[in-house]
Amino acid sequence: MSLGDIWTPVSLTLTLATINTLTLLILGTPIAWWLARNRSGYRELVGAVVAMPLVLPPTVLGFYLLIALGPNGPGGWIASIWGGRTLAFSFTGLVIGSFFYSLPFMVQPLRNGFAAIGDDPLEVASSLGASDWQRFWRVALPLARPGYITGAVMTFAHTVGEFGVVLMIGGNIPGQTKVIAIALYDHVERLQWGEAHAIALGMVAFAFVVIAVTLTVDRRVNVPMP
Amino acid sequence: MTRAFFGLLLAGLLSTAANAETVNVAVAANFTKVAEDLAPLFKAATGHDVVYSFGATGQLYTQITQAAPFEVFLSADDKRPAQAVAEGFGVEGSVFTYAIGALALYSTALDLTHGEALLEAGDFDKIAIADPETAPYGCAAQEVIEALGLTDAIAPKLVTGENITQALQFTQSGNAELGFVAASQVVGKSSVWLVPADLYQPIRQDAVLLKTGEANPAATAFVEFLRSETAVAVIEASGYRVE
Repeated sequence: MSLGDIWTPVSLTLTLATINTLTLLILGTPIAWWLARNRSGYRELVGAVVAMPLVLPPTVLGFYLLIALGPNGPGGWIASIWGGRTLAFSFTGLVIGSFFYSLPFMVQPLRNGFAAIGDDPLEVASSLGASDWQRFWRVALPLARPGYITGAVMTFAHTVGEFGVVLMIGGNIPGQTKVIAIALYDHVERLQWGEAHAIALGMVAFAFVVIAVTLTVDRRVNVPMP
Repeated sequence: MTRAFFGLLLAGLLSTAANAETVNVAVAANFTKVAEDLAPLFKAATGHDVVYSFGATGQLYTQITQAAPFEVFLSADDKRPAQAVAEGFGVEGSVFTYAIGALALYSTALDLTHGEALLEAGDFDKIAIADPETAPYGCAAQEVIEALGLTDAIAPKLVTGENITQALQFTQSGNAELGFVAASQVVGKSSVWLVPADLYQPIRQDAVLLKTGEANPAATAFVEFLRSETAVAVIEASGYRVE
């Protein structure tokens, strides 16, 4: 049992989770803002679509992604830009898959955070001559901070635990797509209990820390628990 | 639940299938289609039902060691059934070879008339194999790559499926241009290169009756049925050899 065997999937997973969390912080904000502030009839429809990954089996996402990332889907078209054929079996593919898989884990807490602000603080800021940008950066963002922390922590943790989606689109390439959950699965399949115990125990400790942090940060924001 | 109810109702009404039992069989992924074809024939011959669990051989064996409720194990190698007997999970003397498998290279994108030359030219992006550690067909694929001296050339292009069915999926969906699969999985497909048998160890697929199934008449009947002329004809027509 070498340290590299365990460290490679761990560092890959942490990189994936970091990139996914940052991507969703940026792209999840406008979606959550629109869902919280808009009164359009489409709001519930969009909200439902965003929440879908909460109830869909990961294998459903994995199946569609396998097709969408392949040579006959948009993924193949994107890959052809740099001469590839598919985005499956690549780190890029995992980033795309993780984005959809974790979307509700970022958007829901942000939406709740924005909704909790209400209209008053923003109207007060307007009457004091604040521009739209100033209202967002100086009023909405600080007030929605608990939502941001919860969303970031949940998204990061959820990405670290990803299994079904990755199993279907990853191709199990060390250093590319072999994340922690897959590495654990492989060790169990091969009856390598020692390595399996090391990874599993690490994941248990990680999960405990995440939940403790989330609960400490804010008890008021409703978090959909996976 | 409803199925069980109707099953009971039917049994009561007809009272023909008075001794119909169910057998749980763990089946190596390469044998998926054949096993499914055999189920109705088994039912017709014996009146018993069969329920399959498919997976990589190693994966299934791991589950058997952890008291999975399987009664018969159809492996893709001859190593694990022997191991099952040695470790006390299999019934002594029940091991036999039910099929001898062949490895094939398959593609939905490339012409495989000259499979070997194509592999050596290396003009492809991704090639799929099953996990060599847990899937005997993956192990055979690795032997072929080594025999052709392409280990280093192919390593960066290798994608690994959990079992042979996933290797086929990767190839079928076009995500990998090439895939090493079981010949039985691509019977009748156009772009297939049957790998010469001297490039890998023969894939002897053994079956074993597990101790959990010793007292179940459906389990012993299934093991018998696998050797019957009916079953052998189906297995041979599916791209396997039977001794």
